[in-house]
Amino acid sequence: MAKYAFFLGCIAPLRYPGIEKSTREVCKALDIELVDLDDASCCPAPGVIRAFNKKTWLAAAARNLALAEQKGLPIMTICNGCYGTLFDAAHELNGNPEALKEVNEVLKEIGMEYKGTTEVRHFAEVLYNEIGVEKIKEKVTKPLEYQVATFYGCHFLKPSAIKNLDDPENPHILDDLVEATGAKSMPRQQKMLCCGAGGGLKAAFGDVAMKFTQTNLENMQASGAKYIIDVCPFCHLQFDGSQKDLGFNMPVLHLSQLYGLAMGMSEQDLGLSAHITPVVL
Amino acid sequence: MVSPNPEFFNELTAAGAGDVKLCFQCGTCTAGCPSGRRTSYRTRKLMRMAQLGLREEILNSEELWECSTCYTCVERCPRQVPIVDIVISLRNLAVAEGHMYPNHKNTAKNFSKYGHTVPVKDDITALRESLGLPGIPPTVLASDKAKADLDKILTVTGFDKITSE
Repeated sequence: MAKYAFFLGCIAPLRYPGIEKSTREVCKALDIELVDLDDASCCPAPGVIRAFNKKTWLAAAARNLALAEQKGLPIMTICNGCYGTLFDAAHELNGNPEALKEVNEVLKEIGMEYKGTTEVRHFAEVLYNEIGVEKIKEKVTKPLEYQVATFYGCHFLKPSAIKNLDDPENPHILDDLVEATGAKSMPRQQKMLCCGAGGGLKAAFGDVAMKFTQTNLENMQASGAKYIIDVCPFCHLQFDGSQKDLGFNMPVLHLSQLYGLAMGMSEQDLGLSAHITPVVL
Repeated sequence: MVSPNPEFFNELTAAGAGDVKLCFQCGTCTAGCPSGRRTSYRTRKLMRMAQLGLREEILNSEELWECSTCYTCVERCPRQVPIVDIVISLRNLAVAEGHMYPNHKNTAKNFSKYGHTVPVKDDITALRESLGLPGIPPTVLASDKAKADLDKILTVTGFDKITSE
């Protein structure tokens, strides 16, 4: 049985708890054991905290990695931002004695040490690579005949040189995962365009971020998609929170929520009341 | 007149951005940049400014903060220049000199205060409970000891200088 330390991050538990709930239920259904990564903090966010102070970013990330190391478990994230930070930090530290020594100088202050052994995984990639589309299909009890727009976001697959999950310009794994539920992923223009929220753009230049989002929404609508399926609570927040102002009305679901539905979870358990764009299923 | 500063290259190297020297100005980055299509940010120009050592122009610029870190440029760069890492390093230098947008400072303050980038909200706590989840997630929010540890890391690494007024 696959077993992971469940890294919650910020936006899922504190804005869209339905994503956390669905992930727990879906993993249970797929025989993936999740152990809470107690005491973890923000990853910290790669586009803001890392941009402010890399030393803080790396040390706080190393603390999170060390918490999982103490449990002897790989980390599983449900957010591209957390995945970006923790994967990058592990890449920088694991197998690099000099970098480890430096970060451990900081961790020593709190009586911790990171040995450099934690592996970092993303929920969607774990499902694709460890469980597989065929086994997922067996668990679908309620096929969903939705036309959807898949949204990979940026930090799930990129930088591909270190992540090696899929073609970063023309990927298919999320489409395959979504279609395992019976849904149809609609092809569209500029599918890999950023949602606009990352890199601190949403906070400092919200109007610019909205322009990215608008182009995405226009392309999604033109494709005939009725729902947006994401793998990142921050992209989720950007699409869910912006549509009212931009004049769109496409419900936004995290992959875990789509899977929850397909595997028989009640609508109530998906936490849809936290969504700003109403979700009509 | 702008004045090039050759010393800046040493500063960049120390900050982890020395690979900017690899850029040969082909412009593939700017051509594919979704922010450049919507703002005055020009990735190639920023890389050239860094090579030339136009320190003050870069650290004072709004464009430095218009990159969404989407990595399109990094994926396509024929010289494998780690452009996003360079942007991050330049931002670190800018922040160290006090260049920071108020909303970014708020995000930093949230991280200091909660250990998370967003605050706890009562309606979400109630929703969590209705879903059978603990009202407060089992993170640093639920442990004074864990929060004290994180606080210590923030102090030791100088993050408190960012969040102070």
